[in-house]
Amino acid sequence: MARVEEWTDVIVVGAGHAGCEAALSCARLGLSTVIFTVSADSIAMMPCNPHIGGSSKGHLVREIDALGGEMGKCIDHTFLQSKMLNRSKGPAVHSLRAQADKDAYSMRMRQTLQNQEHLTIRQMEVDEILTDASGKLTGVKTDSGAIWHCKAAILCTGTYLNARCICGDMVTYTGPNGLQSATHLTDSLMRHGIGMKRFKTGTPCRMDGKTIDYSKMIPQTGDVPVVPFSFETDPKDVQIDQAVVWLTHTTEETHDIIRRNLDRSPLYSGKISGVGPRYCPSIEDKVVRFAERKSHQVFVEPQGRNTNEMYIDGMSSSMPEDVQIEMYRSVPGLEHANIVRNAYAIEYDCIDARQLNRTLEFRAIPGLYAAGQMNGSSGYEEAAAQGLYAGINAALKIMGKASLLIERSEGYIGVLVDDLITKESTEPYRMMTSRAEYRLLLRQDNADLRLTEKGFQAGLISEERYQSFLKKKGQIEEETARVRHVMIGACEKVQDCLKRCGSDPLSTSASLAELIRRPELDYFCLSEIDPNRPDLPVQVQEEVNIEIKYEGYIRRQEKQVAQFEKAERTLIPDELDYAQVPSLRTEARQKLMKVRPSSIGQASRIMGVNPADLSVLLIYLKKMRGERNSEG
Amino acid sequence: MWKIEDTDTIAAISTAVSESGIGVIRISGPDAVEIADRVYRSPGGKKRLAEVDTHTIHYGFIVEPEGDGNPLQSGISGASGKSADVIDEVLVSVMRAPRTYTAEDVVEISCHGGVLAVTRVLDAVLKAGARAAQPGEFTKRAYLNGRIDLTEAEAVMDVIESKNRFALQNAVSQVQGTLYRKIEEVRKEMLYQSAHIEACLDDPEALSYEAYLPEFSSEVQQWTKELSALLATADSGRLIQEGIKAAIVGKPNAGKSSLMNLLLGEDRAIVTPVAGTTRDVLTETITVGGMTLVVTDTAGIRETDDLVEKIGVQRAKGAIERADLVLYLIDSSTCIDIEDREILNLIQEKKIIILQNKSDLHTLTDEQQIRRMASEAGLGDDIPVIPFSATEKTGLDELISAIRTLFFDGKLSFNDEIVITNARHKELLKRALESLRQLSKSIESQMPEDFYTIDLMSAYEALGEITGQEAGEDLVNEIFSRFCMGK
Repeated sequence: MARVEEWTDVIVVGAGHAGCEAALSCARLGLSTVIFTVSADSIAMMPCNPHIGGSSKGHLVREIDALGGEMGKCIDHTFLQSKMLNRSKGPAVHSLRAQADKDAYSMRMRQTLQNQEHLTIRQMEVDEILTDASGKLTGVKTDSGAIWHCKAAILCTGTYLNARCICGDMVTYTGPNGLQSATHLTDSLMRHGIGMKRFKTGTPCRMDGKTIDYSKMIPQTGDVPVVPFSFETDPKDVQIDQAVVWLTHTTEETHDIIRRNLDRSPLYSGKISGVGPRYCPSIEDKVVRFAERKSHQVFVEPQGRNTNEMYIDGMSSSMPEDVQIEMYRSVPGLEHANIVRNAYAIEYDCIDARQLNRTLEFRAIPGLYAAGQMNGSSGYEEAAAQGLYAGINAALKIMGKASLLIERSEGYIGVLVDDLITKESTEPYRMMTSRAEYRLLLRQDNADLRLTEKGFQAGLISEERYQSFLKKKGQIEEETARVRHVMIGACEKVQDCLKRCGSDPLSTSASLAELIRRPELDYFCLSEIDPNRPDLPVQVQEEVNIEIKYEGYIRRQEKQVAQFEKAERTLIPDELDYAQVPSLRTEARQKLMKVRPSSIGQASRIMGVNPADLSVLLIYLKKMRGERNSEG
Repeated sequence: MWKIEDTDTIAAISTAVSESGIGVIRISGPDAVEIADRVYRSPGGKKRLAEVDTHTIHYGFIVEPEGDGNPLQSGISGASGKSADVIDEVLVSVMRAPRTYTAEDVVEISCHGGVLAVTRVLDAVLKAGARAAQPGEFTKRAYLNGRIDLTEAEAVMDVIESKNRFALQNAVSQVQGTLYRKIEEVRKEMLYQSAHIEACLDDPEALSYEAYLPEFSSEVQQWTKELSALLATADSGRLIQEGIKAAIVGKPNAGKSSLMNLLLGEDRAIVTPVAGTTRDVLTETITVGGMTLVVTDTAGIRETDDLVEKIGVQRAKGAIERADLVLYLIDSSTCIDIEDREILNLIQEKKIIILQNKSDLHTLTDEQQIRRMASEAGLGDDIPVIPFSATEKTGLDELISAIRTLFFDGKLSFNDEIVITNARHKELLKRALESLRQLSKSIESQMPEDFYTIDLMSAYEALGEITGQEAGEDLVNEIFSRFCMGK
């Protein structure tokens, strides 16, 4: 039998949220790209919750958009409801979250992939990776035996590697939603010396909407007006008729049912060995770990306009079917509801991401990249961000260009990648704003200001978009400077305006900036006493407001960043042999060899490497440089 | 978070404490000369170190650096330099880069006022803008700047490592200490509050912090109060700043007042051969061997019906309770009796030095008997027993060296471990307090609570550097373990 043999630039394995961004970015940069999936009907599927965005995840989506990714645009066209979370808090924690029409999202992303030049979709399981004698990636082999030669491959296998779904006593060896799992690739990776581990996650049941009694629930509506995710979406286009989400709660009866049946929970009987995430606990976890809570919130959420299946958010579970039915029906409004799809837990293989370098490329296998849940993260947004980042960097490397790197001080993507490749994770990693040390600088509103330049340099941002970005930047700078210089006198009109805003009158004149900094005031409400204010887009006004209002805090964080960058810029050469560094403690030596940090800054974030170890390393690096200079 | 700190200006006491009491404070870094100028006054009041030649030595005074908005109010009175603000009379060496130990600008201040003055000079220099150097940091810079070669550098690594090991021991030995306990207590509360705030921000639909704000704000005040109190006691180490509180105890007429007089060098306490003469408590501050002792002469401890003497005995017991050190005087011309044993019970928890008052008469109690008694009382075998004669004025040197061993650990040089560690602690406490001050400001100006955790975690990390705890994933772990997160 003749074997198929093909040549392409980039292979992407998996067409979930990471795979789609990876494939699109490579194809858009002009590289011939093939994306493999076990089901071409399930591209960009949302197998768990129906949200895009949320706390800190909304930041990621905006960053993806600023770099030229697709997720923000896709959700802007397919959302059902949208909210800006934490609006009453500081700008750093404002987070956009949308309810997605799952099918519409998946369909639109599939069309985007299909319409993308240089991109081919192929339904086939990838079984093996192929390398040359030096260990460099040369291609992949599919289940059909076909050989695909490529310059780079990006593994975005999500939860499919040796996946196992658990619902009480019922165990099926499938990926999410009954899809075929990938059973060969793990072995191939292990043969190439890649260390694997096993994680677990779960999802609640889906219920038949017409059997739910919404009169017992509290309706949750979306924001008016809606703010789009993408910086390129016209806000006018997202003012839609929004869907309603329903809030109910578990009862003591629910908790009793769970406690009574704990011995039948695969989690507590030891049937599940994978490590699950603490931030997204199953309902049985919540009941056990937070025993004092009498009730937990349950959100009943639509999954799309063309389905009446509702997602029972807050009650993921791996209890047996009969317990699930009893437990869900103990929740007010769900007394007579029918389950369409059971809740289940899923176990899967993933890698220890400390085997990757800063571009998400395997150190041991040049040309091979990994992104998404394969790297031990969780969430659609975390996956998409990594897919885009790995895709861009794989493409840039093939094209012989400098990598696109994002520091922790530049974006949540930087924090995400650095955490994954530096810290040992014992559970799926989820983004949080508290993980970002400089979150006041890494806001969702200024993602474009932070990253458009990088996206443009990489080649994913059009000239037109770049020019409008430059214009916005200029307007912000100009207006900020103007506001700093405008003086406001204590005239009657001013006092009147202040009074209406609930602010104390002026005793002498003050700068406009000073007034903006008062807690009860902002840039917007002072427009009437600022007669020379130019007519500016609302996004520009918002940036000016934040820059002025929180100036002291922003400057303080910038100072911290300057300190931080010093350590980040002190690079550690890839070839450093830690065995040769004298006086390192054994623990530090082992940890350093495992992570192989690229800078002293990254080394300082490894648990178990202390300041004395870093001093030792600094001295050794200095010595190395000295010797190299004298040789040269 | 850990930072590279190779470019700021550092300072430390660079000599071990010596009998002569001379100490050198070394300042190294780009601002060394400028910082020195902030604390240096020439006799004429006009010389500026920034203008002197390199590798020159200058006589003058160290004064408190100018405070906030009080330029030159220090009132250096003309040529004498004598003023309330003068800390010490000094010689200052100015050495500019690169021909210095660290290859950076270096200023060395030689002062002669003993430990207290040396510490105060260092404090002044830190106040003027230098950072307290870490153990081995001068040498590290010397290497990084190419001043010393590989062999020497490897020795440096050993030094860094061994200091680090010591720091660890120090942390362990302080596990029982109030400082450590107190700080960990405050950190625990800080972490909980941060996690609570962050959990609410992360899942605003399930959790709200609003109702906890008043409680939080009072907690911040409480932390500020507690850390300020700590800062006051940890101020360069109370033992150094305030001196070691030493109580002289013993049976009536054992020669306590004579010892006091010997230490003081003058006849200030009444010495008479009648038992029970010293009826009150007498306290003197003296500097011996570079250490400050606050010595209290207690009345002879014995049960008595005499009202005046009874009050004296009560006060003596109080003095012992407050003391860091008990100097227990035994008269070798009398026998050990029940009263000695009672005294031993009273002082059991203390650091003790037994002074055997050598009699010019006959010896009834020798060192062996004293050791046996001490051991029977459960005081251990390593209690120093020092023969001593009040009339012949012998034994004082041995006493001084025994005190130094007890408090400043004879194995280690005094400067590195006590002064520097404490100067670092002090700086870190100040940093934590500064963060709390910022936090209070944010609360006052009604900033949203996401601003609070930034400063709160800074304070948490600064305190962690004192107790040697890495922050790592503390916050994320606390959020997950304490709060029910996620839908």
